[in-house]
Amino acid sequence: MNSHSPPSISLDQPTPDRMRITVGGRWSLGASPDTAKAHAALSAGCSALDFSAEALDEWDSSLVIFLLGVIRRARQSNMEVDQSGLPAGLNRLIALAFAVPEREGAARNAIRASLLERVGEASLSIPRKLGDILEFLGEATISLSRFLRGRANFRWRDLLLMMQQTGASALPIVTLISLLLGLILAFVGAVQLRVFGAQIYVASLVGIAMVRVMGAVMTGIAMAGRTGASYAAVLGTMQVNEEVDALVTLGVSPMDFLVLPRTLALVLMMPLLTIYANVMGIAGGYIVGVTVLGLNPMEYLMATKAALSLANVWIGLIHSVVFGVVIALSGCFFGMRCGRSSSAVGDATTSAVVSGIIGIIVVTALITVMCEVIGV
Amino acid sequence: MSVQVTGSQPHIEVRGLTVSYGSFVLMRDLNFTIGRGEVFIIMGGSGCGKSTLLKVLVGLKRPSAGQVLYGPVSFWDVSPEERDKVMRRAGILYQSGALWSSMTLAENVALPLEQYTKLKPAEIRDMVAYKMALVGLAGFEDFYPSEISGGMRKRAGLARAMALDPEIVFFDEPSAGLDPVSAKLLDDLIIELSQNLGTTIVIVTHELASIFAIGTNSIYLDVETRTMTAKGNPNELLKSSTDPKVVRFLTRGGSDQPDGLKGERI
Ligand SMILES: Nc1ncnc2c1ncn2[C@@H]1O[C@H](COP(=O)(O)OP(=O)(O)O)[C@@H](O)[C@H]1O
Ligand SMILES: [Mg+2]
Repeated sequence: MNSHSPPSISLDQPTPDRMRITVGGRWSLGASPDTAKAHAALSAGCSALDFSAEALDEWDSSLVIFLLGVIRRARQSNMEVDQSGLPAGLNRLIALAFAVPEREGAARNAIRASLLERVGEASLSIPRKLGDILEFLGEATISLSRFLRGRANFRWRDLLLMMQQTGASALPIVTLISLLLGLILAFVGAVQLRVFGAQIYVASLVGIAMVRVMGAVMTGIAMAGRTGASYAAVLGTMQVNEEVDALVTLGVSPMDFLVLPRTLALVLMMPLLTIYANVMGIAGGYIVGVTVLGLNPMEYLMATKAALSLANVWIGLIHSVVFGVVIALSGCFFGMRCGRSSSAVGDATTSAVVSGIIGIIVVTALITVMCEVIGV
Repeated sequence: MSVQVTGSQPHIEVRGLTVSYGSFVLMRDLNFTIGRGEVFIIMGGSGCGKSTLLKVLVGLKRPSAGQVLYGPVSFWDVSPEERDKVMRRAGILYQSGALWSSMTLAENVALPLEQYTKLKPAEIRDMVAYKMALVGLAGFEDFYPSEISGGMRKRAGLARAMALDPEIVFFDEPSAGLDPVSAKLLDDLIIELSQNLGTTIVIVTHELASIFAIGTNSIYLDVETRTMTAKGNPNELLKSSTDPKVVRFLTRGGSDQPDGLKGERI
């Protein structure tokens, strides 16, 4: 027998109302013959169907799929199907595929909802999501009040560990980002100020920009990507592993035990990191001012000192504390609401970072407007 | 094996319980009683809602109707604090172990003790060492959950569940994913605990060996009719049940032929 004979299908009618499908050769996935013709010929008004497989060498699922399609179609048009011409193994596989009828309603309808329907559904889900967020914020507030009364149920060790992970371990990235930001601000400013021979104002430009808002914003963005993502991933994985359930059934509030130490750690560390970022940013400006613009080092420092007011420092620190709350809570919120699969953890992490960064921008805008209104 | 006096007093009574996810009703009209000291088995095909029923019994999911009575306390009609108080006398072994992965095994077992007892650190250490030894994990105190095998994780989970000497322990498929020898050892451990400490045991499982070896009472949840279709001692159910689905479940389908599948869902 030729082991490389190509797969074949032929149709004939031994009697006028009987159709016979003859399959032969070597059927394998990816090398099956054109089956469309056979399907098309099936509707030729015969009342019975049988098979011949004498010339069949080898076969795999491709042949089973072809035959399943043919048989299903023949049954639909009420033809009498005689499978005795097929090998026994093939018949068993076909029987197995037909053994369990398709579960009604199990297949998800792939019908695409209309645009209006989707918009409607999305809008209707907004109140539910808002309610969910409010509920989480409420629980967090209650947990905070328990903490203030010294009754919160968490381990100080966890808080210290979190403070180390969110604070000390973040120093390298904060150094890099704020030093470079200081350099960039100084360069951009210098190009404009040099026109007026007012290079010395680079010092106040960098100082005020960093201390009042940019130091906090850049630290916040770094923390949203670093800490917010890690909070969401850790809590999400704990959901997947039922670790959160294990806490709940032990009577330990996950709000106290997991969310509280994480939020406190970030809120305590954000102002410290921001002050550090301010110093680094000013150092970046100093490097440009002294080396590129040729300013006198002492003069640069004095100009910086003169430009900075305590109010600016406070405004920067207020930013940083609020960012800490926003980043920590959005990380914890998406982690705690995570589904039970690994892709849900990915979604939670993405949502945490995105809403953390959006939160930072919105909060910055709000504080800026408020400062404008009260005139500081 | 000694004959136990079981079912004398009810530990948990379930009345007219309906469990659903949103509008999708998973199980309705569940009525059964779990007696003190019983080894109570929840059986049923996969996806029929066994884990969900367990969640309702331990306070993780609110039923859409019906009552769960722990003695006189109607579990879902009291405040969350009262529920916590009931659960303080219960231990749970989760399907995946659910050990807190950022803590060592010793810290995992110690947390319930730290939460609910006034033991000194040295006493807690002794208690943890004892519980770890009970489940055959002496010496693994300082390992993290990711550093031990699945069977060891289950046993560590059991040590944590037993930390507060609970009156009732819930197990979700304790032997799933274990080799037959480890599964048998875990079964032996469970039965030792129930007999020597008088602990009530509620187990979700489809291990026939476990069902017949340790079960003293059971219910069978049917996925098609969405309710329980049998209850009683599994050995007696095997002998006397007339429900073909229950019999088939208890006899592993009765045949190994694919033809045995006729129209059934796996
Ligand atoms: N969070 C959920 N939301 C919606 N449906 C769920 C959820 N969890 C489980 N289900 C559904 O409930 C059914 C029972 O799940 P489960 O209780 O885990 O079954 P079992 O433990 O008996 O295998 C499953 O068919 C599943 O589709
Ligand atoms: Mg389950």
